[in-house]
Amino acid sequence: MKRVAVIGASLAGLRSVEALRRLGHDGEIAWVGAEKHLPYDRPPLSKQVLEGRWGSERLFLRQNYDELEVEFHLGRSAARLDERFVELDDGRRVEFDGLVVATGASPRQLPDGRDLEGVFTLRSLDDALAIEKKMQRGPRVAIVGAGFIGLEVAACCRTRGLEVTVIESAAVPLGQAIGEVLGQCVADLHRSRGVDLRCGRTVTGVEGTERVSGVRLDDGSLIAADLLVVGIGVKPNTDWLDGSGVDVDDGVVCDATCQTSRPDVVAAGDVARWHHELFDESVRVEHWTNAAEQADAAVRRLLEPEAEKKPFVSVPYFWSDQYDTKMQMAGRYRPGDEMRWVERPEDASGDDKPRLVALFGRGGRLTGALTLNRPAKLVRYRRAIAERVSLDDAL
Amino acid sequence: MKIVVDFDSCQSHGLCTQAAPEVFEIRDDGFLYILQETPGEELRAKVEKAVRECPTTAIKLEE
Repeated sequence: MKRVAVIGASLAGLRSVEALRRLGHDGEIAWVGAEKHLPYDRPPLSKQVLEGRWGSERLFLRQNYDELEVEFHLGRSAARLDERFVELDDGRRVEFDGLVVATGASPRQLPDGRDLEGVFTLRSLDDALAIEKKMQRGPRVAIVGAGFIGLEVAACCRTRGLEVTVIESAAVPLGQAIGEVLGQCVADLHRSRGVDLRCGRTVTGVEGTERVSGVRLDDGSLIAADLLVVGIGVKPNTDWLDGSGVDVDDGVVCDATCQTSRPDVVAAGDVARWHHELFDESVRVEHWTNAAEQADAAVRRLLEPEAEKKPFVSVPYFWSDQYDTKMQMAGRYRPGDEMRWVERPEDASGDDKPRLVALFGRGGRLTGALTLNRPAKLVRYRRAIAERVSLDDAL
Repeated sequence: MKIVVDFDSCQSHGLCTQAAPEVFEIRDDGFLYILQETPGEELRAKVEKAVRECPTTAIKLEE
């Protein structure tokens, strides 16, 4: 393969480029990134950066790019994929023999109020720096969506002593991701730290002229706010693939080996949807560890198309830091999965940190594990999930 | 090959203990322990995987 193009310059894109060189690709690499920044680490944006503890200089993922020998196209996004080239938004054509799609995802916006000053989504370094700057002025904060982004932003607000209201349409935070029982534990954590958490409520309008002054809820109440952060999920960046022969269905559709419907195109990271053989379901995983691991698998597939097809079966892992609590999860949760306690929150003794360990199962098999402040346990369960251990044996 | 861990950066994610269990261990106290500071070359691929998978880039390899 003479020339590989990698589209996307966040973690999955960087790890793809690094894997190409490590696995012996000595041809050209063209690398396209929509942001003007070199690849940086996103998880600290909603943690250390918003707490005001880290500046952007700590976030860059790699110092030395010379040895990778890439042709950079930063600050340019892909507009269209043709047979043999990617057309960029400035009309330039980037040719390739093999292509890695790592274009990530973009935050969903509220239908209302996106042009008002003080309304933000949080995905990029620029977003985080702008929100942090606003936080320095001591605003009243409203957050729409009690997902991981919304909850981490809420925790940063409380750590900084800001008043914050979180509006969530479901009955508990994170219900789709970790189930109602554990979602309630997370709700308790945030309420105990002074977050005004409004569950079962939706936003009917954003108030303000030029700058945001508040949000109106479906029960008629008005939440006054000078800073509004919208964290209602993301949409995979696939518009540029329309008509390219690469199948898209809420993400780039891949087989179990990260290959798309075109043999010369693979995908990795938040944008990739693939059949996960361990869980026998179609998944798209928006976590750091998946981006890092899947890039490796996708590049192997691209460079060695004739090799034995190895399915990508990494057990999903994510973490979230909220206050002094580290939440970690391995595996999958789907509504309806069985949940069992290993350690209940009320069992904790000693310090005042919340601690819990819970397992998820399907058809008697261990498929997921969630812990608060119990890192040693989580590692063991992640291995057990990969080994298809039964729920009974895991306990 | 010598392993250097920045314990200020380490957050006990534990992914290294899966990549290279011969070298890294998280104990019940929640902290990371290094079982071999200078592992043999036969463990290089596993240790390099641990370096790549660390979410806080806390692990470095010195030759």
